[in-house]
Amino acid sequence: MTDLASTGSAGHRASCERARRVADRTLADQTLSTSEWPAGAVPSDLIPRSRKRLGWALMAAATLGLLAVIALQILYKSDVDAIGFETWRPVVYAYVLWGVALGIGQVLTRGEDGQRALFLLPALLFTIAMVIFPTLFGFYIALTDWNLSSFSGRQFNGLDNFWQMLNDAYYRNALFNMVLYVLAVFVEYVIAFGLALLLNAQIRARKFFRVVFLMPLMLSPVAVSWMIGKSLMEYRFGPAATLARHLGWENPAFFSNPITARISIMVLDAWTFIPFMMIMLLAGLQAMSREVLEAARVDGATAWQTFWQVTFPLMLPVSVTAVILRIIFKLKLADIIITVTSGGPGGATDSVSSFIYREYRDRSNVGYGTMLAMAYLIIIIVFVTWLLKFASRFVRNVN
Amino acid sequence: MSVQTTDFAASEIRSPAGFVANRVFIYGALIFWAFICLFPIYWTITTSFKTAVDVTQGHLIPFVDFNPDWKGWRSLGLSPDSIFRTSTVRDEFIKRFMNSVITSVGASSLAIVIGSLAAYGLTRYRYKFAWFRNEDISFFFLSQLILPPVVLALPFLVLYREVGLLDTRIGLILLYTLMVLPIVIWIMRDQFNSIPVELEEAALVDGLSIWGAFLRIVMPIALPGMVAAFILAMVLCWNEYFFAALLTSTDAKTIPVMVASQTGSQGINWWSMAALATAAITPLAVIGIALERYLIMGMTAGAVK
Repeated sequence: MTDLASTGSAGHRASCERARRVADRTLADQTLSTSEWPAGAVPSDLIPRSRKRLGWALMAAATLGLLAVIALQILYKSDVDAIGFETWRPVVYAYVLWGVALGIGQVLTRGEDGQRALFLLPALLFTIAMVIFPTLFGFYIALTDWNLSSFSGRQFNGLDNFWQMLNDAYYRNALFNMVLYVLAVFVEYVIAFGLALLLNAQIRARKFFRVVFLMPLMLSPVAVSWMIGKSLMEYRFGPAATLARHLGWENPAFFSNPITARISIMVLDAWTFIPFMMIMLLAGLQAMSREVLEAARVDGATAWQTFWQVTFPLMLPVSVTAVILRIIFKLKLADIIITVTSGGPGGATDSVSSFIYREYRDRSNVGYGTMLAMAYLIIIIVFVTWLLKFASRFVRNVN
Repeated sequence: MSVQTTDFAASEIRSPAGFVANRVFIYGALIFWAFICLFPIYWTITTSFKTAVDVTQGHLIPFVDFNPDWKGWRSLGLSPDSIFRTSTVRDEFIKRFMNSVITSVGASSLAIVIGSLAAYGLTRYRYKFAWFRNEDISFFFLSQLILPPVVLALPFLVLYREVGLLDTRIGLILLYTLMVLPIVIWIMRDQFNSIPVELEEAALVDGLSIWGAFLRIVMPIALPGMVAAFILAMVLCWNEYFFAALLTSTDAKTIPVMVASQTGSQGINWWSMAALATAAITPLAVIGIALERYLIMGMTAGAVK
C-alpha cells in the first residue's frame, strides 16, 4: 500500500518521481507539477516529520486493531476464549474503520499524493473485500461436502465434488446449452443491426420508435417472462399459441419439447436484450461520416454494395464491442429460465446459473453447487480472455 | 442522437414505385417490431383487468371482447373500491416495493459515489499499486463485469449468514453496488476523459485543492454522465432477481422475487399476477420514456470513439 501513486517516504525519491512525471508529458501530471501547491496539500517532501509519524502510527494502530478483532473472533468462534461477538459483523465495522484510517494516514504521510490516492481507495477496498475474499472462500467451500439440510456440518472432502462434476450429465448439458445460447447472440445481432438501420433511415417519428424499441430492456425480466412465457405462450389460451394454431402448427406447446423450449427461451431473452445491441449499433451508425457514404453513392454503388463494402466494415469495431458485451451478459442468463421453465423439460433449457440455483434451492447442496460455479467461472475467464484476444486481432486485420 | 441520417436504403431508389415500395417496407418493418415490443406490455396491462373467463378464452380488446373488471387490482388492494380499506396484500406489496426502491436507489448512489471517484482518479492521475498500474487497475474493475452472479451467490449466502446481513437491505445494497460498479466506472471514465484538463489547471492556479477542483469544477460538468450511469444502474438493480431470490426471505424481499413466487395452490391467478407485473414494470417504463436520452447516453458510453 505504501507505493500507491508515487512513493514519498524519502525526499530525493519524491523529487526523482516529480522529474519522471514531468518527463512523462501527461497533461494532467504537467498541470499538477507546475501549478502552485494549494495550502493544506503539501507535497510529500515538505511534510513535517511529526505529521508523517502521526500518519504511520494511525495506520499501524488501525491494522493492529483490525487484526486483533479478527483474531479475537476466530478464537471465540473456535471456543478457545469466552470474549467475542455473536456474529462476524464487528469485523466488517473494523474493516471499514481500517479503511478510513488508511485514507487519513495516506493524506497525513504523503500529502498531495495521498489525496490522489483517496480517489481510488474506496472503490478498491470495496471491490477487494466484496470479490477477492468471497471468491477465495468459495474455492474452500467447493472442496467440502457441505449440505445445509444435513446436520453433520461441513467436512473437507478434497476433490470429490470435482470428480462428481465430471460425471454429471446434467451439468454437461447445461454447459452445452450455454454454447447454444451464446450462438443465439449472432441471430440477435443480425436483428439488432437491421433495427438500427431502420431507425437510422429517413423516417418520421424516430423518437417514438426509439423509445418503443428500447422498452423491453427496461422491464423486469421476471415480470415479463411470467407474462410472456407463462401467459402469452400458454398452451390453451395464450394469444401466441392461438396465432401459432392459425399458422398451421397443430400443437403449439412452446415448452414441452426440448428444442422448441430452448428456442422459446432464446426468443424471450432476445426480446429483452436486442434493444441493448440496437442502441450501440445505432450510435455507431450515427457517428459514421456522411462523406464516405456520399463517395460510395457518387461512385455508383448500389445500396447493397454500400452496406457490405462501406457500412459493415466501418461498423465492425462497434459490432464487436456490442457482441462481446452481449455475450458477457448472456453468460449470466438465469432469471428467465428459473421463472418460466425451471430448467425443464428434463433439464433441456437449463443454463449453468439456473442449474446451480436449483442445486442449491432444491437440494441445499452448497458444497457441490459452489464447485460447479467455480468451474464455470474458470471456463468463463478462459473463454472471455480468448474472445477478447480473438476480437482485437480480428478488428485489427480488417481495418 | 441527432437528426442526421445515412439513408442508405433510400439512396439508390430512382423510380417512384421503387420509392413507395421502399417506404412501405421500412414503415412495415418498424410497425411490426413496435408491435412485438408493445404487445406483451399491452397483454399484461389488459390481463390485469380481466376475469377468469376472459383470460382462458383469450379475449384481447377491452370493451369489445370483454368488460374490464378491477378484479386483479382488487386482489392487490389497489382498486378504487378497496384502496381505503385495510389489505394485507397491499401492505405486503408496498413493503416489497419500498424494498426495491431503497435497494436500487441505495446501491446506485453508492456505486455512483465510489465509482465516479475511482474513474476520476484513473483518468487524471497515475497510480502504482505494487506492480499494478492504471491500466491494470482499470482492468481489475471492469473485469468484475464478467463475474457471473452464481459464483458469488453461494459464498455470500454463507458469509452474510455469519455477518448477520442475510435478508437485510444493506446486504443487497452492497451486492448490487458491486454488480453495477464496473458499468458506472466505464461510463464515468468516458465522461471525465471528455472534460478538458485545462479547467482543472485553472482551478488549481486559483488556489483550489485537487478535491476542491473535483467537487466544484468537474462534478457539475460531469453531472449528465452521472445521471446516465445512475439510471442505468437503477434499471439493473430494480430488475435483479438472482441475488434477491437467494439472499432474502421475509424482510428484504424485492418486487421481482414477489412476482416470481405467485403460484398459489389453485394454479395461477392471472389477473392478480398481471396487476402485480404491471405495478412492477410501471416505474421503469416511466423512467424509460422520460429519461430515454440519459439511458442511451449511458449505454453508448465508450462504444463509439
